[in-house]
Amino acid sequence: MADALAATISITFHGLAFAMVLYLVSVGLSVTMGLMGFVNLAHGVFAALGGYITTSLMASMGVPFAPAIVGGVVVAMAVSVPLERVLYRRFYGGDELDQVLLTVGLAFMSVAAAKFLWGPLAQPFHPPPALSGQISLGFREFPTYRSFLIASGAVLVTLLWLGLERTQFGAQIRAAVDNRRMAQSVGINTSQLFTLTFALGSGLAALGGALGAEILAIEPAYALEHLIYFVIVVSVGGLGSIRGPFFAALLIGVSDTGFKYLLPEFGAFFIYALTLVILLWRPQGLFGHA
Amino acid sequence: MTVALPRSADAAATIDAFARRHRLRAAEAVPWVVALAAYVVFPDYLALGAQILATTLFALSLDLILGYAGIVTLGHAAFFGTGAYIAGLLAAHGWGEPITGLFAAAAAAALVGFVSGAVVLRTQGLTLLMLTLVVATMLYEAANKATAITGGADGLSGMDVWTVLGFRFDLFGIVAYWYCLAALFVCWIIARLIVHSPFGRSLTGIRENERRMHAIGSPVYYRRLTIYTIAAALAGVSGALVSQTTQFVGLGVLSFDRSGAVLIMLIVGGVGRLYGAFIGVPLYMILQDRFAAVDPVYWYFWIGGLLVMVVVFAPGGAFGLGERLIRKWRRRA
Amino acid sequence: MSEAALETKALSMSFGALRVANAIDFRLEPGARHALIGPNGAGKTTFVNLVTGALSPSDGRILLAGSDVTGLGQAHRVKRGLVRTFQITALFRGLTMIENVTLAVAERLGAARDLIRPAGSRRAVIEEAYALLDRLGIADEALRPVRELAYGRQRLVEIAVALGLDPKVLLLDEPAAGVPSAETGTIIDVIERLPPDIAVLIIEHDMDLVFRLAQRITVLVQGAVLVEGSPAEIAADARVREVYLGEREHQ
Repeated sequence: MADALAATISITFHGLAFAMVLYLVSVGLSVTMGLMGFVNLAHGVFAALGGYITTSLMASMGVPFAPAIVGGVVVAMAVSVPLERVLYRRFYGGDELDQVLLTVGLAFMSVAAAKFLWGPLAQPFHPPPALSGQISLGFREFPTYRSFLIASGAVLVTLLWLGLERTQFGAQIRAAVDNRRMAQSVGINTSQLFTLTFALGSGLAALGGALGAEILAIEPAYALEHLIYFVIVVSVGGLGSIRGPFFAALLIGVSDTGFKYLLPEFGAFFIYALTLVILLWRPQGLFGHA
Repeated sequence: MTVALPRSADAAATIDAFARRHRLRAAEAVPWVVALAAYVVFPDYLALGAQILATTLFALSLDLILGYAGIVTLGHAAFFGTGAYIAGLLAAHGWGEPITGLFAAAAAAALVGFVSGAVVLRTQGLTLLMLTLVVATMLYEAANKATAITGGADGLSGMDVWTVLGFRFDLFGIVAYWYCLAALFVCWIIARLIVHSPFGRSLTGIRENERRMHAIGSPVYYRRLTIYTIAAALAGVSGALVSQTTQFVGLGVLSFDRSGAVLIMLIVGGVGRLYGAFIGVPLYMILQDRFAAVDPVYWYFWIGGLLVMVVVFAPGGAFGLGERLIRKWRRRA
Repeated sequence: MSEAALETKALSMSFGALRVANAIDFRLEPGARHALIGPNGAGKTTFVNLVTGALSPSDGRILLAGSDVTGLGQAHRVKRGLVRTFQITALFRGLTMIENVTLAVAERLGAARDLIRPAGSRRAVIEEAYALLDRLGIADEALRPVRELAYGRQRLVEIAVALGLDPKVLLLDEPAAGVPSAETGTIIDVIERLPPDIAVLIIEHDMDLVFRLAQRITVLVQGAVLVEGSPAEIAADARVREVYLGEREHQ
């Protein structure tokens, strides 16, 4: 009995940490797909980029944790802007196949580039001493870093949701996701909105990739390896939604951890089956528009 | 042409012209002539040639659903891998007869195609795309974990493929080459018949304007499911060809890499023309053979780059480019 | 009273709080030439979508020649002779004119299920398609891709495709929409020459067209039937004039 309880707590804890990483990386993808109608299968590249920059700054240049994270996010955002303006923009509202091919091509290129720049092995990630070791949460001890991950994830999610609800920018995004043409006729500069949103989504992905380097290892094939998870979180959550992927990430994160712990012979199989069932029941996702 | 022909002659001429579109054209013999010539000209590369032929079938099967029915899939390797594993398992467990292995692979892949298609084709657009990826990943994970059956990450060992029509698979790839060529030829005939049939034309209608097809009473879902199943069967055959001729099956046959690669090959060659596969596959695989020898790391970079270039500058693939050039040349003449 | 070719009883549909179809009772007689008019947003196209099965009603019934088809899918209704055209041309733009029609004819004749024999071998299908194009006077461009045709011609191909399905009830959704006035004459001609045994319902904004072609008119306003009657009755009806006058004032 005590074992089952301990296992449940463990699964929930680690599942939550995983869910936070999944959400931070995937939320940008959800908004991009819902706002611009653009299938960006290269989204994971920004997460990987954030992770690579952060770990490089920390390992080879001794940059402290927080600035290294910021560095990763800034670089990812900077890269995303020309990519969106020059390349992605041409395919908005276009043939879905073209978008898939374009972004898969870019993802392939990124795998090779990463291997070339940083080598084939996973980047080592050492959290700062303040966040290492164990922390006591009253009844039990938990790994400090993951506790930090959950806590900071919760804070970020709250800020994100508040930002969407309370700010002008957020209102514009919501309007444009709902009805792009209407938003344009009301005077919203959709072109600028798209670039900013894309940059923000990429920055969040980089943040997720960097913070989550301990859970999803930073290696060359990152973007393709974990694509299935991002895709599942976004489609189960509902495209264009910001809340949807959060609940989907929770569901996927905790279930995946649970299944892998309880039935390791099946691996991620149940997650895929679960996704199939959910998408058959509600093809638009849990929080998507029909 | 301003001569006024009598009405009935006009009518007959138009109807004839339209009815004759399916007739075999001289140009359609080219791939086979090239395949036969390659046998003579490149005797040292027959093993690679056999793989190219098998993969051409894989790309052809993808063309049926992508180019003709307009179904975008990121998980076509699910059927290729199923065929590969079934043929492999048969050969590893005492039944190494190749041709029956092909039929078994086709049947198994068709079953997987039918069941997954029945489920996945109820959705559209992005959801459909994602579900095709989910299905393929599921199969990959299943094969990965069922180590006792599939050999897991190490791959299936102990395959013993028997003689095909009395010919033993040799080290030079001669028998493999003819075997794959014959299989490709037969499957190509099937694909061509389907594409030019009224059913095939209705698939083109579904791709061009699905809403209209519903409005003319077409059972769209069932048409798509049918072609999805057939394409899965053909993909299964191609997987079996690969596993039988290499006497090995690894997890790679079910991987996203495999699905992505065949998609690239078809796109580069040209989608929806039936012959894009015959151009794109040899191009890709020969390039890969050269590059892999030089530097495998860079291969991903260049092939990704090629894909991006094609999407941005040459959406019709090599076939589309060729058509455009021919049109320009004809206009000048 | 003889059986109606098409009938709806209390047909209703809501999108959330918005009632787009409000208990519509409608009767289309065999061989009728009936028009459905109403201001923008009245729900005319929604009505067509409900009747054809593209949309599912929240309430009410749809009867085709007396049988209840409310539960049937779109394709099944087509097989029973309920055919529509689209307000915005929805053809197979990359395919030739004749192929657009052969696809429809092949579906009707069940030829489309054939996987083996070449499409060209079904001569009967092609000849029927050609004959249809010829009757509409557009067969001279039979082998041209639809996207290269003049818009007026494309609208005629829409009608040809519909006729290829051997309809008993034909719903024409704004057949002259977007057509330059020079070409509307041909379309009106074609509609006038439609076989008398087909029941035709035309949705139109063009009043001249309506009064020329229709024997009966139904006026739809905000998803509900305002009034129904002969063209003379409708022209004289004060409420109709108010609805249209009111609309013109807001323009």
